[in-house]
This record gives sequence, C-alpha cells and structure tokens, in this order.
Amino acid sequence: MIPALELHDLTVSYAKKPVLYGVDVQVPQGALVGIIGPNGAGKSTMIRAIMGLTPASSGWVQIFGETFEKSRHRVGYVPQREQVDWDFPVNVMDVVLMGRYGRRGWLRRVTKEDKKIAEESLDKVGMLPFRNRQIANLSGGQQQRVFLARALAQQSDFYLMDEPFAGVDATTERAIVTLLQDLQSQGKTILVVHHDLTTAKEYFDHLLLLNMRLVAFGKTADVFTVEQLQKTYGGRLTILSDVAAKASQAEELT
Amino acid sequence: MKPSRTAEIGRTQRFRKTNLCVLPISALFLLLGTISSHAARIGDLTETSITDQAFRFFTFSDPSLRLALFGCILLGLNCGLLGGFVVVRRMSLVGDTLSHAVLPGIALGFLWNMNKDPVAILIGATLVGGLSMLTVSAITRTTRLKEDAAMGLVLSSFYAVGICLIGMIQRLPSGNKSGIDKFLFGQAAAMNGSDITLMAITAGLTLLFVTFGYRGLLTLSFHRAFGESLGLPMGFLHHAMMLLISFAVVTAMQAVGVVLVSAMLIIPPATACLLTDRMHRVLILSAVIGIATAAFGAFLSFLGSNLPTGPFMVLAGSFVFTMAFLFSPQQGWLTRLWRQRTQKSRIERENTLKAMYHLAERRDFREEGITLLDFAEVRREPLEQIRLQSDDLLRQKLATLTDDGSMLHFTPEGWRKACAVVRNHRLWELYLTNIMQYGTDHVHDDAEKIEHVLGEDTVRQLERRLNFPQTDPHGKPIPGAREVHGQSIPRPAETTGY
Repeated sequence: MIPALELHDLTVSYAKKPVLYGVDVQVPQGALVGIIGPNGAGKSTMIRAIMGLTPASSGWVQIFGETFEKSRHRVGYVPQREQVDWDFPVNVMDVVLMGRYGRRGWLRRVTKEDKKIAEESLDKVGMLPFRNRQIANLSGGQQQRVFLARALAQQSDFYLMDEPFAGVDATTERAIVTLLQDLQSQGKTILVVHHDLTTAKEYFDHLLLLNMRLVAFGKTADVFTVEQLQKTYGGRLTILSDVAAKASQAEELT
Repeated sequence: MKPSRTAEIGRTQRFRKTNLCVLPISALFLLLGTISSHAARIGDLTETSITDQAFRFFTFSDPSLRLALFGCILLGLNCGLLGGFVVVRRMSLVGDTLSHAVLPGIALGFLWNMNKDPVAILIGATLVGGLSMLTVSAITRTTRLKEDAAMGLVLSSFYAVGICLIGMIQRLPSGNKSGIDKFLFGQAAAMNGSDITLMAITAGLTLLFVTFGYRGLLTLSFHRAFGESLGLPMGFLHHAMMLLISFAVVTAMQAVGVVLVSAMLIIPPATACLLTDRMHRVLILSAVIGIATAAFGAFLSFLGSNLPTGPFMVLAGSFVFTMAFLFSPQQGWLTRLWRQRTQKSRIERENTLKAMYHLAERRDFREEGITLLDFAEVRREPLEQIRLQSDDLLRQKLATLTDDGSMLHFTPEGWRKACAVVRNHRLWELYLTNIMQYGTDHVHDDAEKIEHVLGEDTVRQLERRLNFPQTDPHGKPIPGAREVHGQSIPRPAETTGY
C-alpha cells in the first residue's frame, strides 16, 4: 500500500538556520500518530512544511504518493488555537463552513449540502447547539472543537493537527480522543502534535519522536522506551545546530 | 513673490476655519450659522441663508453639487467596504500610512504634465504607495524594529516629501491655481467629471471584488494560514486588496484630504463592529455608514459655503461612532448602564415581594392582605418608603392597594413572583448546606444574591439534585411548582397544611 505520508530528507530553515534536519519517514495509511518532542523540536514546523506553509529548504513531501499540491483536497488541518483573533466578527457556523471552501473554491456559493456537512461535523464534536454562537463567547476547549469541526468538514483522508490538546478542559480532551479513534476506525490517517508524555502512550498507536532530527518512528509499543525518550529529550543537539549555523553563514560569505 | 504671499494668507485663513471645524459636535450648527453670515459679508454667494442652501442641496438643482455628492457617495461605499477588512485585520495603521505616503505620488503625478490629470495622479500615487509598503516590510525584515515603528517612520517621511513637493508646485506659475492644495484638506466641489468617473470605476471594482471574493477574503482575514492550506489564492487576494485600498485612498483624497482620508477607512467599519458581530453585516453597515457620513459631510460643508469637506465628513463619522459607543444594543456604554439600573430596580422589587411573602407566611396566610403599617414595622422602614415600594409594585401590576390606601394584596402575577423568589432563596440555602456542606448560619447572605439570578433550568436541576425537598435548612416550607406556576392565590384552608 502507498504510504499516507512520505518525507524524504526534509530540511526546513528559518532565516537560514535549520530547525529540522533531513527527516525521512513513511507513515502507513490508517495510522494514528503522535508527534512527540521537546519545545523547539520542530514539531509544528514539520506540520507546516508538509503543507508547504513553511517552505522546505531541501527534500520532498508526498501524500498518498503525490505532491501536496495534487493531494491537497485529501488533507485536513487543525492549527493551533492561538493563531487567530477570537474577537473576529464570525459565528461558529461561519468558521466551520470555511472547511468547505477548499472543495467548492472560493468563488462558489455555499450550498445546502455544505451546511449539512458543517452541521454534522459540529455534531460530532458536540458543538451543534453552539452553531450560532459568536466565537468570542466560547471557552478554550470549545474553540478547539470548532477547529476540529472545521477540519472534519473538509472530509479529508489525512489530518494534521497542531497541539489540539493544548490547554483544553477534560470534556474536550475526551471528545477529541473519541473523535480520533472514530476517524481511525474509518481508515483515516492522523498526525497529532502532542506535548504530554503521560497520555501519549495511551492515545496513539504510532509515535514519531522528534528533536530537530527524527529520533524514532514506529508502533508505540516499540518506540516508547526509556532509551528513545532520553534521546529525544536529552537536551538540544547543540553541536549540530551550531555547525549548521556556521555553515550557512559561510555559504553567505562565499 | 506677491501673489504667493496672498495665497499664503488665504491658506492661513482656511487653516483657521478648519481649526474651528474641529470644535465639539454640539457647537457645529452654531458654528455654521456664524460662518454663513460671515460669508454673506464677503458676498461670494448670492444665496446665503442656511435654509436656502439646504433647499439648494436637497433639490439637487446645482449640477456641480450633484457631481460632488455622487462622488461622496462613491467614496463612502468604497472606503466603507474596504475599511471593513482593514479594521478586522488590524491594519488600521496600514491605511493611515498608505494615505499619508501617497502624497509625493500625487505631486509627481501632477508634475508629469503639469495639470490635475486623475489617471496620472492615480498611477503616481499607487506606485509611491507600493514603494512605501515595500519600505515598511524591508525595515521590519532586516532590522529589529517592529511594524508600528517602521510605519510611523515611513508615514512621516513620505508625507514630508509630499508637502515639500506640493509647496514647490504652488510656487510654479502654472501650479498656483492648480487646486493641488485641495488634496490636503479635501474639497468635494473641486472634483470634476473625470475624477468622478475614475472613482466610479474603482468603487465598482471594489464592489465586484468584495462580492465575489467574499469567502476568500473572509478566510484571509480570519485565518490566512488555513486559507493557504486549502489552496486559496491568499497572496493574490491580499495584494489585490492592498491595491484597491490605495485606489480608494487616492480617489477619495480630493474630497476628504490626505490627512483625514484614513478616517473614512476606519470610522465607518469601527462603528459597524460595535453594532453587529457577523462579517457580512459589518461590511454592509460600514458601507451604509460610510455613504451617510460622506454625504452628510458634503452637506455640512455646502451649508458652510464650501468649507473643506474632509473635517465635516470625519466629524459626522465620529458623531455616528459616539452614538454607537453610547447606545449600541450589546456594547453601548449607556445601554449597559441602563441595563444595570433596571436590574437593580428588579432586585428591589423582588425583595419587596419577598418581604410581603414573609409577612403573610408569619400569619400562616390567614389574612387576605398586608397593611402598609404592619409592613413598615416589619421592614423597619418609614411609611413613605413603603409607599414608594408599593407604588412600584402597583405600576408593575404585581400588587393592588385597597381604595383607602391601607392594605396591599398580591395580584396572581405578584404572588407567583414572590413564591419564585422565596423558593429560589430556600432551595439555594438547602443546596449550600446539604451538598456543599456549608453551616446553616452561613448560607443566608449568599442566597440573598443568588435568588435573583437563578434561572428556571437551574432551579429544575437543583430540585432534582435535592430530591424535590419540602423544607429549607431552617425548617421553613419551600414553595413548590404549584405556587410558582399556578394561578390562584392560596386561601388559608389550602395553605395551612403546608
């Protein structure tokens, strides 16, 4: 079977300084993957680079055996909640309908079917009663569930979620876990950036350990070991990072 | 040298008048009166009274006035629509920077063939506007300075260059009567047919862009990265919008003036944001407010015998904003104050009803009414105070007073309300003692506040949680659903068993 996601020697740099070095990974279809690593490990960067939101300086990305451009409609995205202004004048339904713009194109009108799909998505995260609520009047957990519903409305096969569990209440956390399992049982592939080691083992069947460099990827049972975790969290790769910075400066000089 | 000096004196006079215009709104009409009488003395107009001027305005008999008014409507629409996105995207300072920075472009466009050719001016201004934005992004990208500092820098330097160029043009023999000074404070009457045509074209473009690109623009404004992940042309939409904003600013500049034109991008949508919370309504409202304030500004300036239009438009806009700030249904300052007051009087009323209930309860509901004297004694308040309270109940039809004014009776509605308040109070006390483990002597004060805010749903939950209790922690009966929802006032026979 074609892997859902294949990264080949993916390197990403901010201002000429690499933050992600040569990542090679193949994620099989139907996997529920937790991306684990310390702060600044490049977890969010990896997600953004997969979608081309942050340009890769080298390497390539394939989703279902094709470039992201070609398989874009099969990818759903749940960004970090802090990325948007929650005082923006829209209600819950408006936000979820944005998940449909990718399919319909931004010039087409929203159809009844779009609305139905948006409502079903809201229902799946338990937010249907809030569909006409102004987004400023939502709690943090509810905001997160709105973002999840928007991704569900994209009706994708492959989901990228950036810290969906960050700062949410227990109800939302349970709702997200149920949803993830539900999606997985439908054969969807899901990549979740996660920061809590204690729950990682129980939530995901695959783990991707990252610290600027891919430390390990595999079934949770195989990867979630003391040795691997020490490698992941055992401080920054200072030498690698310094040398890379020097190399990039040298490149500029020549 | 001489003609330029007289021109300068003329300018200082205009300055003085403009300064007058920035007086508080209350003085506006007074001001207009004095100015038009002043104009009569100079004798530069045949019709001088305000009513005559207003009549001329509303009959649209004057073709140049028609043109100016049409231009104002177009600019209100154009700036209102684009401003909606400017404000929600937190780009207000961008609008301000752009409007100041295009001034050198206007001067250059004028110098191109030494007359006020609107197309040359538009091209010059757009190019310089683009240059200013590039400078801002170059400064923020290559230095540690943040965007606001970069914009402040670019805004003032470009503006200074523009002022110098315009000063230079005015010293030129052909530049003297060019009307380029109108760009500083705005004069709607200075617009000619080709200006208006250009305005109509840009406003039409904006309307098409916003109508067809609405969903894309909404995504861009709310969450650009998500739009990019969907493959929507975010970069194109952003740059197209910036281009249209600079068009709007440049075409509006003759009517509003360079200094105040950004107000037309900011005030109408800011007002709309206070009044509604959906983007499409913000845009529609903002366009309507933009048109209304622009037209009203033109009207006021016309009444004042062609004073600069810009300040009047902005004054009209700030007046509408002030109204929205004070009276907006959700966020208005006075609205909130009013709501607090009504809530306070409701709580006072409910407390009176509760006190009546307590008095009736003390007598086992045997007596039909409560005398005001007894009531005053129980509440330890003077009789006048009690009369005021009973008057309030009468007004709200919660109680009736006997003809001699001595005895107070519940109306069915009043009885229902009294029961509800007492029930809320006692239920909450019971909840605090039984479930939250408070001491029975600690719960009364809390219940005094909570009784007024418990909704019916919460009451149902409490009742279920407490297993439909009959008495409160102090052993007093809790009025049940029968009293709160039933119509009849219980007769002694019914209530003694309670």
